[in-house]
Amino acid sequence: MNKSKIYPGYFLIGALAIYFVLLLLPSLVGIYYSFTDWNSFDPAIHFVGLANFKKVFSADELYGFYIWNTIKFTLFTTFLKTLIGFGAALLLIRNVKWINFHRMVMFSPQVLSFVIVGLIFRSLFNPTEGFINETLKLIGLGALGQNWLGDIKWAFSSIMAVDTWKGAGYLMVLFIAGLKSIPEMYYEAAEIDGANYFQKMAKVTLPLIMPVITITLVLNITYGLRVFDSVYVLTNGGPGFATGVLNTVVFKEFSKGTYAVGSALSTILFVFICTFCYFLIQAMNKKEVDY
Amino acid sequence: MLKWIRPLLKNAFAWLLSIVVLIPFAVMLVNSLKTREESYSMTLKLPAVLQFQNYLTVIEQGNVIPSFFNSFMYASLSVVLVVLTCSMAAFVISRNDTRLNRFAYFFIIMGIVLPVNYVALMKVMQVTMLNNTRLGISLLYTAMNIPISLFITCSFIGSIPKDLDEAAIIDGCGPWSLFFRIIFPLLKPVAVTVGVLCFMASWNDFMMPLYYLNNSAKWPMSLTVYSFFGASMQAQRQWNLVCADIVLTSIPVIVVYLLGQKYIVSGITAGAVKG
Repeated sequence: MNKSKIYPGYFLIGALAIYFVLLLLPSLVGIYYSFTDWNSFDPAIHFVGLANFKKVFSADELYGFYIWNTIKFTLFTTFLKTLIGFGAALLLIRNVKWINFHRMVMFSPQVLSFVIVGLIFRSLFNPTEGFINETLKLIGLGALGQNWLGDIKWAFSSIMAVDTWKGAGYLMVLFIAGLKSIPEMYYEAAEIDGANYFQKMAKVTLPLIMPVITITLVLNITYGLRVFDSVYVLTNGGPGFATGVLNTVVFKEFSKGTYAVGSALSTILFVFICTFCYFLIQAMNKKEVDY
Repeated sequence: MLKWIRPLLKNAFAWLLSIVVLIPFAVMLVNSLKTREESYSMTLKLPAVLQFQNYLTVIEQGNVIPSFFNSFMYASLSVVLVVLTCSMAAFVISRNDTRLNRFAYFFIIMGIVLPVNYVALMKVMQVTMLNNTRLGISLLYTAMNIPISLFITCSFIGSIPKDLDEAAIIDGCGPWSLFFRIIFPLLKPVAVTVGVLCFMASWNDFMMPLYYLNNSAKWPMSLTVYSFFGASMQAQRQWNLVCADIVLTSIPVIVVYLLGQKYIVSGITAGAVKG
C-alpha cells in the first residue's frame, strides 16, 4: 500500500497556505521592513540598517519603558492567574455543594470578549458614577475611592486586576483536568507512608501536574507579551503614556504611519517569544515526570 | 469541631469567588434597566420602574443588528474553513508519519504562541486585495484559529481505527472518498469542539477589524459596542444605554457558551492533560 497515495500531501495545502500567508509571512516580511524607513508619507522604501532598533533602544525614547511595562504585565498577570486558578481548582475539585455551578461561573468571564470585559470595568471603575466608588461611599468608605483608570498610581494595577479576573477561570479548568488525571492510588500510597497534606502536595500533586503548569506558563506568558485588547479598551495606554505596552504602541505607530518602527517593535516581540519558548521547553523537558 | 468547619469554609469560599465574578454582570443588568438619571449612580440599587425600552433605543441607535450579522458571517465562514482545512490536514499528518508531515505539523502548531506583525500584515492584505473586505476578515480569523484547531484535531484523530481506512481502500475508495465518506463523519465530536472554540474566538476578536476594516458598515459587534461606548461617553453620559448595549452584545456568546460548554472544556483541556 503506497501511503502517500492514500494520504496525499495536497490535503495539507489549505491549512498551510492560509496560515502561512496571513500569519507567518507578515512576521518574516516584517523583519525586512524593520531595516527600512517604510512610512505612509513617502512611497519609496529605503534600507536604513539598524536605525529603527537604535531608536527603539535609545535612552531618550519611551520604547524601553513600554517594553518594561509589557514584561511587568506578563509577570504579574501570569503569577496572579496561576495562583488564583490553582487555588480555585483545589477548592472546586470535590466536596463543595453546587460544584458545577461554581465552575461554570468561574469560567464564564473567559467566553466574553476583552472589549466587553474592558467596557464593563470602565463602567465599574468610573470615579464619579461607577459601581466601585459608589458602593464604597454607600458603606461609608468613600475615602478609599480612587480614580482607578485615570490615576498613574492605580491605572496599571487596575488593568492587571481586570485581566486576572477574566483569565483565572480558564486556568482553573486546566488545573481541574490535571488534578483529575492523577491516579488516586498515589495518594493512598503516600498516606500509608504517613505523608501529611503538604508533603502530598509537594511530592505527588505538583510533580504530576508539571505538564499542565508548563502549558499554562507558555500560554500566559505569550499572551501577556502580546496583550493589546485589555489595555487599549481600558486606558488606551493612558493616562499620558503610563500604561502603554508593546502592541498598543505598535497600533499607535501604525495609526501615525511610521510603519517601519511598528514593524521593528513587532520583530522584537517575535524574537522575544521565540527565545522564551525555546528555553522554557528545554528547561521543562528535563523536569517532567512520567508515570 | 474541625469536622464541620472545613466544608463550611470551603463552601463559603466558593460562593465568595462566584460572587466576585457575578457582581459585574449583575451591575450591567440592573443598570441597563434604569433611567438615565438613575444610572448616574451605578450601584446595585434596583430601578423604580424597569426601563425595557432602553434595549429598543440601543437597537435603533447602536447599529446592533447589522453588526450582529457581520460578526455572525465572519465567525461562521471561518468555522467552516477551519474545520475543513484542519481535519483534512490532521488526517494526513496523523496517518502518514513522514518527516515532511511532522515538520508541517510543528510549523503550524508554532502559530499558537507566535505574535502577528500587524503592520506588515497590512501590506500582505493590500497585495492580496483582502484589505477592508469581508472575505479578508474571515480569512484572518481562519488563519488565527488554524494552529490550535489542528492541535486539537490531531490529538483526536488517532482514536479512529486504521482498519476502516484499509477496508475502504479494498472497497475501492480513493483519498477523497475515504476522507469525506468514512473519516469526516466520524470526526463530528472534534469538529464541533473546534467549531465552537473558533466561533467564539472570531466573534470576540477586536484587533483584526480595528486594523483592517475602515468602513463602519462592515464592523462586527465588538467594534460597534466599543464605538457606541465612546460616543455616549462624549455626549450626555447614558450609562443605562451603554449597559444595555453591553448586555445585548454579550448575549450571543453566552448562549453559545451555555449550549457548547462540554465541548469548550474538552477543547481547552485536549492535549494539555494525559489520558
